[in-house]
Amino acid sequence: MSKTITDKPAWGLTIHEARAALDGGQTTSQELTASVMARIEAVEPTIKAFVTVTGDRAMQQARRADDRIAAGEAGPLTGIPLQLKDNMSTQDIATTCSSRMLENFVPPYDATVAAKLQSAGAVLVGKGNMDEFAMGSSTENSAFFPTRNPHDTNRVPGGSSGGPAAAVSAGEALFSLGSDTGGSIRQPASLCGVVGLKPTYGLVSRYGLVAFASSLDQIGPFTRDVEDAALVLSELAGHDPRDATSINGPVPDYASALTGDVRGLKIGVPKEYFPEGMGPGVESAVRAGLDVLAGLGAEIVETSLPHTMHALAVYYIIAPSEASSNLARYDGVKYGYSGEDETMWGALARTRQEGFGPEVKRRIMLGTYALSAGYYDAYYLKAQKVRTIIRNEFAEAFSKFDLLATPTSPSVAFELGAKTADPVSMYLNDIFTMPANIAGIPAISVPAGKVDGLPVGLQLMAPHLGEETLLRAAHAYERAADHNMDPSL
Amino acid sequence: MLNSDPNLMDLSTHEVEQIAELAKVGMTPEEIEVMRGQMSDILDRFKALSEVDTEGVETTAHPSGVVSVLRDDVPEQGLTRSEALSNAPRTQGEFVRVRAVLD
Repeated sequence: MSKTITDKPAWGLTIHEARAALDGGQTTSQELTASVMARIEAVEPTIKAFVTVTGDRAMQQARRADDRIAAGEAGPLTGIPLQLKDNMSTQDIATTCSSRMLENFVPPYDATVAAKLQSAGAVLVGKGNMDEFAMGSSTENSAFFPTRNPHDTNRVPGGSSGGPAAAVSAGEALFSLGSDTGGSIRQPASLCGVVGLKPTYGLVSRYGLVAFASSLDQIGPFTRDVEDAALVLSELAGHDPRDATSINGPVPDYASALTGDVRGLKIGVPKEYFPEGMGPGVESAVRAGLDVLAGLGAEIVETSLPHTMHALAVYYIIAPSEASSNLARYDGVKYGYSGEDETMWGALARTRQEGFGPEVKRRIMLGTYALSAGYYDAYYLKAQKVRTIIRNEFAEAFSKFDLLATPTSPSVAFELGAKTADPVSMYLNDIFTMPANIAGIPAISVPAGKVDGLPVGLQLMAPHLGEETLLRAAHAYERAADHNMDPSL
Repeated sequence: MLNSDPNLMDLSTHEVEQIAELAKVGMTPEEIEVMRGQMSDILDRFKALSEVDTEGVETTAHPSGVVSVLRDDVPEQGLTRSEALSNAPRTQGEFVRVRAVLD
């Protein structure tokens, strides 16, 4: 099933292709890691997907991985180079959230996902750029620099996990992890032409993920194909006593769900996800994708989720409210940037004035407003009730359908600066991805070809813990459609 | 309590100043004005929510279904003192140093 590696450079392999080459003795983790490091050196001046590159450390990890492989103790990810979004704590490696506030923060502990992947023998090559504190849809809110789309370097990679999406697209890591609060894995995956998976809320531990909106945040993989996403998810998923929202249940072998068979699968297509004024070509690419699934024997049925239109408001009340509470910890005392002032209160306000960028301040202000006395019932409580209605609407849909299919994002990658002046136009990028976070259900973006050279993503959504069906359909589609999503970088 | 009609979405300068004070985010008068316009615009988009009938609907705080998780009451090794202090901007001996809370 795996292709030979002779037709592409080592940095361009999928995880399963690299696994076959490592286990077959055709390459070593040190060669593979050196190839990825050379690729980073070559393209990073243009793409800027990394806040930190951990070259020497990566080569040490690669040597240890080669020892494990030689000893016959390799797991699926042993020796595979990966990147982590820079909001996941890495012991002794800076974890900045692309914010001045945490520019010099060096965690004394690993996030659960970082510990799991490194103990599985994966090789960490660095930390991915992002919108500051994961707030944004273009990675232009990074306090350090914007990341560029490998398919067109005048365009954004999406966000907030723009660094991870661009790194995997450009060959700067075989896979990466992002976090998805309202679409921050799926939307950049769509815009960069890679696979992005947001698992069920609670399936992957959030311990050590810098908190943004705790009831919406979920970690998931960026990969070059669906099989790789299944491999990584199998390593990530599972109960963690350090995350009180972590689901305690068995973890399936997701790769074994990839049978290629979607005959009889019922896929609902909600009409609200195809509004007028969507980016040209997006709808036709997604409709063509649905035809591919129909050709494979899936049953495609038009349906309606009428409360979808309220998801934007629900999200932009709940997420900023939780953010305003979570970000109250940045006081310049325990860690992080510390502003100078004679008084304690003055120093606190100065710390947050100088440490946070404009979008983070906007969200903190919105959340503080929505939670303040006199507005709590009208905004936060109301949003939590409409959240229940949206969840119920999905539950009802999944009583009729195995999956739902939509575009991932209403547009292809846009030019840098095109939407920075108007916060609401930026928020609308995530209009199709936010509902899955509100409901806590899993969703994946899988490449659906290109429009004028720019990638389009097909989003599939599944019921709570429906990852096996989700991955099975995405995998079958990917193989049948056979799009070439390599950037001409 | 902020004094305005929730149905009137245009925030006043004074309201935005009050929110900034509650959130402890320092802002210049120019930043307050920009924020006032942007927040009013965003809140205006939320008006449609008030039209949704939520009579008798329970709230959703988080979607995992897991409730009140407690661990066994057994001591665990946490961060060491030096690890816990390693990122503090100001320390003194074994402590985090803070500015005077009371005048």
